[in-house]
Amino acid sequence: MLIKKPEDIKSSEITPKKLYVTRRAFLRGAGLLATTAATGFLYRQLNAIPEPRVEGEKFVGVIKPDPAQAASSGYPVNEKPTPFEDITGYNNFYEFTTDKGDVAKVAAGFVSRPWTVAVEGLVNRPKVFDLDDLLKLAPLEERVYRMRCVEGWSMVIPWVGFPLNKLLSAVEPNSSARFVQFETLYDPRRMPGQNTGVLDWPYVEGLRLDEALHPLTILAAGLYGERLPPQNGAPLRLVVPWKYGFKGIKAIVKIRLVRDQPATTWSAAAPREYGFYSNVNPDVSHPRWSQARETRIGEYGRRDTLLFNGYAEQVGHLYAGMDLRANF
Amino acid sequence: MKDIKFYKVVVFINSLVPLALMAWDWYQGKLGANPVEFLTRTTGMLTLVFLFISLAVTPLRKLTSIHWLIQFRRMLGLYAFFYGFLHLLTYVWFDRSFNLRSAVADISARPFIAVGMLGFFLMVPLAITSTKGWIKRMGGKRWARLHKLVYVAAVAGVVHFWMLVKSDTRLPLRFAFVLAVLLGSRLFINQMRQKTPPRTLIPRPGGEVKP
Repeated sequence: MLIKKPEDIKSSEITPKKLYVTRRAFLRGAGLLATTAATGFLYRQLNAIPEPRVEGEKFVGVIKPDPAQAASSGYPVNEKPTPFEDITGYNNFYEFTTDKGDVAKVAAGFVSRPWTVAVEGLVNRPKVFDLDDLLKLAPLEERVYRMRCVEGWSMVIPWVGFPLNKLLSAVEPNSSARFVQFETLYDPRRMPGQNTGVLDWPYVEGLRLDEALHPLTILAAGLYGERLPPQNGAPLRLVVPWKYGFKGIKAIVKIRLVRDQPATTWSAAAPREYGFYSNVNPDVSHPRWSQARETRIGEYGRRDTLLFNGYAEQVGHLYAGMDLRANF
Repeated sequence: MKDIKFYKVVVFINSLVPLALMAWDWYQGKLGANPVEFLTRTTGMLTLVFLFISLAVTPLRKLTSIHWLIQFRRMLGLYAFFYGFLHLLTYVWFDRSFNLRSAVADISARPFIAVGMLGFFLMVPLAITSTKGWIKRMGGKRWARLHKLVYVAAVAGVVHFWMLVKSDTRLPLRFAFVLAVLLGSRLFINQMRQKTPPRTLIPRPGGEVKP
């Protein structure tokens, strides 16, 4: 006798082949889309698109320099200024993060008022300045300068500030002062990058006194007519246009006149790679890369780097007879 | 695995997503202030990422016995080569304006570029011999020995990355750690192997893997 095993599934319940195939195609399509979206999302998480600009507080009564005197004074630079979005969206400010595109976001909530700057050391009239008082020491001027980063890129930035020598003459350096040391705020709660050991904190920089007194050296409190955004060094930073950008110390809280050449953060971190002077010089290579050319932000291709970043006529005499290779 | 062809399509398309988004952002002018640096950095990272994923195939397969994973290895390796090529292209195009003589001079001025070049040129023979025809022509054992060069290429890639950062070595360190795990796992698996009967796993021309 033949015993017929009943079928597990009734033939009426078997999905017709056509329907099965379309369902499969649908599932495949959905799977492909979902994974593609997930990969895209991951990419976007890692490479966020910059946020739109926030209008800053404008300075009033900023003095515009006379382009006719540019040949002798060195400013304004007759080159196209870098767009505001790029100047404020691409920053080296390790106190917040080492990701240049991310500094603006990380620094967004940084409050820089009230703010004081202590000027001390070998001076006759040491003083702790409130920022608002400090900015009244001299009329604010617009200074359009080149900015050359040691990494090989550059910008043209319309700073707002005044010569550092105005502040120094207010405190009267005494005859034994030969160098000026600068210090950034140290506050790891407000500057999260200071919780890392990437550099020794606080950031310190220095200039020889004659460099500090040079009329091109300014304390900047703004750019494009507005107060500095946090990522650019709010509320007060140094700008020394013939030196690599890292000499332009940001968020300054202390300025000290000293007798001996002070330590500077980058030369302490890598003495072979970053010297005290760090003058822009196409002929003196960084040990790991050439400094002969640079990428101007906003341009493709590269342009030649200029000796002293194009300010040789104004500052060359400061280094007469000096071996620029030894004093890099 | 019956559906392997479809999975290959999935991997293929997904691997193109970063390129598509980069191209889209470029077209929209949204690559940030320094688009060239962004393209160079991102294609460089993608090269390492794809190298690492392709290097993860073998340890994963041995640990999980999911042997069909090897079906994706060639594609992943070729993507590493592809992104490496784009990385080199951004350098030769934007940094050197296609001036090859200045590129040669630059290699001696910037050692990290020499190391990166080494990594890339080691991948060239691997990409060329990645076809089934070449496996057949060379014989599995010789082919496998040649393709061990990928370890050198990956180490060169990570060293290249490490050499170019200014002071924040955390990211290159993470890459170095992952590479150490990937290479270390091979030693570990081989150690385990020696205690059990040996067997070799070599991709065959048919695409099947026979233990």
